[in-house]
Amino acid sequence: MAKRTLEVDLATTGVDAQGNPITLPLGVDADAAAQASDGPALAGEHMLINIGPQHPATHGVLRLVVELDGEVVVRVIPHVGYLHSGFEKLGEYRYYNQLIPLTDRMDYLAPMSNNVCLAMAAEKLMGVEITERCKVLRVIACETNRIISHLVWLGTTSIDMGAFTPFLWCFQQRERIYDLQEMWTGARLTTSLTRIGGLMADIPDGFEDGLREFCKTFPKTIQEVDSILSNNGIWCGRTQGVGIFTAEQALDYSLSGPLLRASGVAYDVRKDRPYLDYETYDFDIPLGERGDVYDRYMVRLEELRQSTRILEQALDRLPDGPINVDDPRITLPPKSAAMSDMEAMIFHFKQVMEGIPAPVGEAYFSLEGPKGELGYYFVSDGTAKPVRWRVRPPSFINLAALPAMCEGRLLSDMIAINASIDIVMGEVDR
Amino acid sequence: MELAGREDDKTGQTGTVSTLSPNWLTTKLDFLVNWSRANSLWPMPFGTACCAIEFMATAASRFDLARFGMERMSFSPRQADVLICAGRLPFKLAPVIRRIYDQMPQPKWVISMGACASTGGIFDNYAMVQGIDTVVPVDVYVPGCPPRPEALIYGILMLHKKIKGETLIDAELREEKVLDNRGLRLPVERIDELSEPFGNSIHQTRSE
Amino acid sequence: MNPSVEALRSEFGDALVSAEVSCGDTYIYIDPARNAEILSWLKDTPGQVYNYLVDITAVEYRDAELPIEVVYELFSLDRQVPFRVKARLPKGESLEIASIVSLWSAADWLEREVYDMFGIIFTDHPDLRRILMWETYAEGHPLRKSFPLRGRFSRSEQVRQALNANPEAHYSLEELSIASENYGLPEKMRDRLRRGERGNIPDPEVVE
Repeated sequence: MAKRTLEVDLATTGVDAQGNPITLPLGVDADAAAQASDGPALAGEHMLINIGPQHPATHGVLRLVVELDGEVVVRVIPHVGYLHSGFEKLGEYRYYNQLIPLTDRMDYLAPMSNNVCLAMAAEKLMGVEITERCKVLRVIACETNRIISHLVWLGTTSIDMGAFTPFLWCFQQRERIYDLQEMWTGARLTTSLTRIGGLMADIPDGFEDGLREFCKTFPKTIQEVDSILSNNGIWCGRTQGVGIFTAEQALDYSLSGPLLRASGVAYDVRKDRPYLDYETYDFDIPLGERGDVYDRYMVRLEELRQSTRILEQALDRLPDGPINVDDPRITLPPKSAAMSDMEAMIFHFKQVMEGIPAPVGEAYFSLEGPKGELGYYFVSDGTAKPVRWRVRPPSFINLAALPAMCEGRLLSDMIAINASIDIVMGEVDR
Repeated sequence: MELAGREDDKTGQTGTVSTLSPNWLTTKLDFLVNWSRANSLWPMPFGTACCAIEFMATAASRFDLARFGMERMSFSPRQADVLICAGRLPFKLAPVIRRIYDQMPQPKWVISMGACASTGGIFDNYAMVQGIDTVVPVDVYVPGCPPRPEALIYGILMLHKKIKGETLIDAELREEKVLDNRGLRLPVERIDELSEPFGNSIHQTRSE
Repeated sequence: MNPSVEALRSEFGDALVSAEVSCGDTYIYIDPARNAEILSWLKDTPGQVYNYLVDITAVEYRDAELPIEVVYELFSLDRQVPFRVKARLPKGESLEIASIVSLWSAADWLEREVYDMFGIIFTDHPDLRRILMWETYAEGHPLRKSFPLRGRFSRSEQVRQALNANPEAHYSLEELSIASENYGLPEKMRDRLRRGERGNIPDPEVVE
């Protein structure tokens, strides 16, 4: 039959398209009633509903307009941009170091990964080699943030599926990493950890012990979540066989991160384009087989274990030495030197007032963020502010595949699929 | 009170305490109403960005909003008392928060959580509302980028204090503050003034 | 320099304008009229297989004389080699380039974003409309250098326009997928569509 769309005004559900109130006697079949009253048969009619932008199951200010045939999703049209903050425009008005606080607020579930990526992209552009200790500390930053990002995903997704307990467990563990982050940078969430050529600060006393303690006890929580969810009938019923994406489809949509690996494509920037000496760490890339929501869950769960493994190795090899490169044009002098030494003060002044000029050229650097391939692309015309600062937003590109994943599924599956993509709207909309 | 009653049973005497029913007390109506309102604020979490994560942390294990009678997140504005705008508000979202605010029944309050919601924060650009007070009236501003959970709880306690100072006689307090015929909440000059950048930002709007 | 450059030169000749290396990565400039052809060749030819589309973006330089560039970032998953393809679009002419949605579905949203931010038209794109800003956004394309950081309108005007947007009137024709079915809709709703974010909803009388 010809496809027709009928709009139902959500604010007035008891009103039909003509504005007349709908009265149905209780216990009477809706189709039969429609036929009896010579009204339109509702079977085959499409209904349009609107979810968001303020809805607890859309993980942020995402808006989905869904065309339904009964309970089956015919089409999904995601509307993004409700959190568009003009990051890329602002980037053209800031020095490279001043961009770092902006990156915190982009993917606020994993701020340190973003800090590291920005610093690495700028260092690639400027040709700066960072120190060994800095490399290991940046690995620690990236992996702790992969853990807290996956934990938020796990917690909120389990709420979407009707399990509240894992949310509380996950947030308990997150608080432990937040404590460590606060020790290190002074902030729980907006860390602004890196600087071009190094870090804002070395790790404080007690950080290593705290992280070791975390690595020792955290797998128990993964085990608990695993035992409560992985074989749970409701969880399996709502995730297995839902939102299947084959490897070809995943590549066609340029998916990345756990979403791509759940579809069986072993693309991980840490292995394929190693940075920060990731090739010397011993860790595995979990792969899914069917590419459904359950596989994405299993991949993320395994990544939590692997990240803990990497953290342990990083702690074991953490070398002594400076965290910043020894170049007064790039690294700020210590405060004491800036206050007492004329030359140091001049360098301090020049860096703060004039920024660090980058050579003419362009650089694209990407790392494996918790959501996928996070890339920063800089174009420089020789000044201290980039001409163009482009973010390759993994969750934006992953979200574009949502309509293809949902079509033909039930409305309730759409919630599970949307959750499995792991979007963060700050990054989608930038 | 219960003990005294038992004593009375033993002696068979009827004392003053036991004759009084324990089910009533005398107080000011304002006090009672405000006390109950303040202790069961149902929040409408309008979480957009980073602050929403801290808001979630506030509601979760360690900080536990249930201590303030707020664990019941009201994702429907029609059952909410306090709108917590947690995060930045771009212009594209401005009509949405206004719609949500209009849908909330009186009495209602608004907490602006974080620098971006209160002033636009570091986003002094084309996309961002420079303070949600140009869109909806705000009762409590919580500073921070993002505010720590303790800061948000302090803001909530300040709101409690404000609620406890209200009176039922003041009808103006519960009046719907609707938009004027141009669709604005404040006069044009006031919005422009509120949206002015503060500090020396000339340097920051230069591109090279 | 990436060996793909030589292969491209022998295959396409003049369509490859130039090739450069910056920070260890090779990038080439191609003739914008042949972008789909060249990208398709890069994607499918054995020995090249740049099968992963990393990103599409555009760059406008501060020097107003320089053309706008459309940038395609490619990656070969089999060989682990990145490759960047750029096409220059002179400013005086209409900014148009062929869409590559038929090669990679991922290009859909990325091209919409470039259109939204720079105003570059991707011909044959199935659904080219604004993605981050709203449909009736009147201030222009934000990432163009001629666009001021704080937007073109005053803050009060921006707030007024935002608040006057109807958050429910966002059902556009694409969403309803019923350009032909539009006539069957009740008058009230057709009217709503006409006022909706799309702006230029065709009238049934005009179309047929």
